[in-house]
Amino acid sequence: MNENNHYAIEARNLNIYYGNFQAVRDVNLTIQRNKITAIIGPSGCGKSTVLRAFNRMNDFILNSRVEGEILYHNKNIYDPDVDAVQIRRMIGMVFQKPNPFPKSIYENVAWGARINGFRGNMDDLVEETLRAAALWDEVKDNLKKSALALSGGQQQRLCIARALAVKPEIILMDEPCSALDPIATLKIEDLMRELSQNYTIIIVTHNMQQAARASDFTAFFTMAEDRAGVMVEYGTTNQIFTRPRDQRTEDYITGRFG
Amino acid sequence: MKDNPFLSNNADTSSEQYLRRRHRIAKVWQTVFYASTLIAIVFLTTLLITISNRAFGYVAVENRVDPDTLAVAPLEDLDNEELAAIIRERLRPNRVRTIERDNGALEEQSWDQLYAIVIEEIVQPKVVKSYPLLESIFFPERVRLDAAQNFPKAELEFRSWLNSRFLRVPMSSRPELAGVRTAVLGSIYLILITITIAFPLGVGAAIYLEEYAIGENRINRIIQTNIDNLAGVPSIIYGILGLALFVRTLGHLTSGAAFGVEGASTGRTLLSAGLTMALLILPILIINAQEAIRAVPNSIRQAAYGLGATKWQTVWYHVLPYAMPGILTGTILAVSRAIGETAPLIVVGASTFIVSDPTGLFSNFTALPIQIYNWTTRPQDAFRNIAAAAILVLLISLLSLNAVAILLRNRFSKRI
Repeated sequence: MNENNHYAIEARNLNIYYGNFQAVRDVNLTIQRNKITAIIGPSGCGKSTVLRAFNRMNDFILNSRVEGEILYHNKNIYDPDVDAVQIRRMIGMVFQKPNPFPKSIYENVAWGARINGFRGNMDDLVEETLRAAALWDEVKDNLKKSALALSGGQQQRLCIARALAVKPEIILMDEPCSALDPIATLKIEDLMRELSQNYTIIIVTHNMQQAARASDFTAFFTMAEDRAGVMVEYGTTNQIFTRPRDQRTEDYITGRFG
Repeated sequence: MKDNPFLSNNADTSSEQYLRRRHRIAKVWQTVFYASTLIAIVFLTTLLITISNRAFGYVAVENRVDPDTLAVAPLEDLDNEELAAIIRERLRPNRVRTIERDNGALEEQSWDQLYAIVIEEIVQPKVVKSYPLLESIFFPERVRLDAAQNFPKAELEFRSWLNSRFLRVPMSSRPELAGVRTAVLGSIYLILITITIAFPLGVGAAIYLEEYAIGENRINRIIQTNIDNLAGVPSIIYGILGLALFVRTLGHLTSGAAFGVEGASTGRTLLSAGLTMALLILPILIINAQEAIRAVPNSIRQAAYGLGATKWQTVWYHVLPYAMPGILTGTILAVSRAIGETAPLIVVGASTFIVSDPTGLFSNFTALPIQIYNWTTRPQDAFRNIAAAAILVLLISLLSLNAVAILLRNRFSKRI
């Protein structure tokens, strides 16, 4: 078996700058296919920056600059001949705060597929993705209702459904549960487990229990003296939380820091 | 008082005094805000009363010829032939010939036309004195006495200068016969042209400045500063710009000569005026649209980009619909300004006396504010009355225009 089949996406010597400020330094991270990888670390350590680098969402931030490579299907996605729009379709994203479009539930799911040229039965696609996001039973009778009428947890699952509808390979989640209550959080975590059979998931979280509960692999980031984010340790979640190799990791997960 | 647990009973009264002081200050400011609202309402009411005072009220009308002497029956009961007979009998043959040349034989004209000729050319009612509305309502006896003393031959009647005839007939040199038809049509055409040109341009520019021209570079800053400043340039300057650019330099195009329009002479056309007005409201429109686009939460854009949307898809499907209520509000404000503008129209060459309806982009025109301005400068008193009526027409059209825009805006808001 070819080595490429094991990893979904890989960062090599990744350096990210905002103007003169270096936000992330020398990150090397290999994300396993169909696994959940959690990125944890204190505030400001560049977790979200790295996550957003995986689907070029940093392009919209003024003066941001990426050095190094992010390999996806053996191709650096920052090569000039790569279309960022296509990358974002293949690598979907779920944001910190639920941000459904101010349109109907149906339209929220259907829009992404439609603009990407989906030619098929849209009703079936909407049902399929809403089922995959464990939302179908709750909304099947009100598909025409405004998405903003849903609860926070439902909105976030709708956002996941919306991301699934364009058939991505990887889903990036940027603290998807930080605005949700524990029950809604649990539902999302169950859903992530479900989805990881078909999708590769990378999740940034502040919640260490969540990382321990829901992820297969964990990367711990922290801030260097010059406030640049660095990756301290990366391994299976089990190993990071039980036998951390680095003192800083241990301090963080035991709550002595951060 | 001692029972109140929130009031201290020891020497610590300074905080209590301070609290009372703060409440006093709050009350003063509240009064100030109430007062300013009240003053605004008073001004508005005064405005409406002053205008209505002129637009309605008793008038003393003197007829050159008493209509009762024209025939045995009242004029309204006569048929076409009898009216035609009166016209032939009373008017000079030359005049009759002119009328027939213009509008066809008398016997073939409609009753309304014949009746109008009889009234305008034979009866010739003349308003010798008009009384304000307030006086007409509260002191009718005094009005009647005054009319009987000073104008014994005149007939006193209550008149609303704003009536359907006023809306239906064009300008005339006699205030009793003048109407605002051409002016209303001119204003409507003008606004339609202005919106058609300014709305897409303004929204387009706002989209460019907010969504595409990202970054603080020199060119963007210069453009932005200029737009902000242009919004404050006096309208007469825009008029002069319109005169130099659209009427003179591009006169070949704006007069319609380039498109083979018959009778095209100068560039003093609806098109030139519409273009000038569009220039005038463009900066306001751009700034308002920019505000509206800036108010669209970034999370919506990110969500769209995250699904693999292009910039255009993001703007078209999400940013614009979300910003549309705000953009429409800005458009309402801008158009309201345009509909009441007089100065640039005078410079661009609106006609003050024109009786034919505007027929298209290349016709001469007049507009309501021009007409009002023109009438208020006339010496005869009755022109002031029709000016007041025209102001009411302008206000009503402004309000209905705004109502349409508000309905539109609410429809857009509801979709969200």
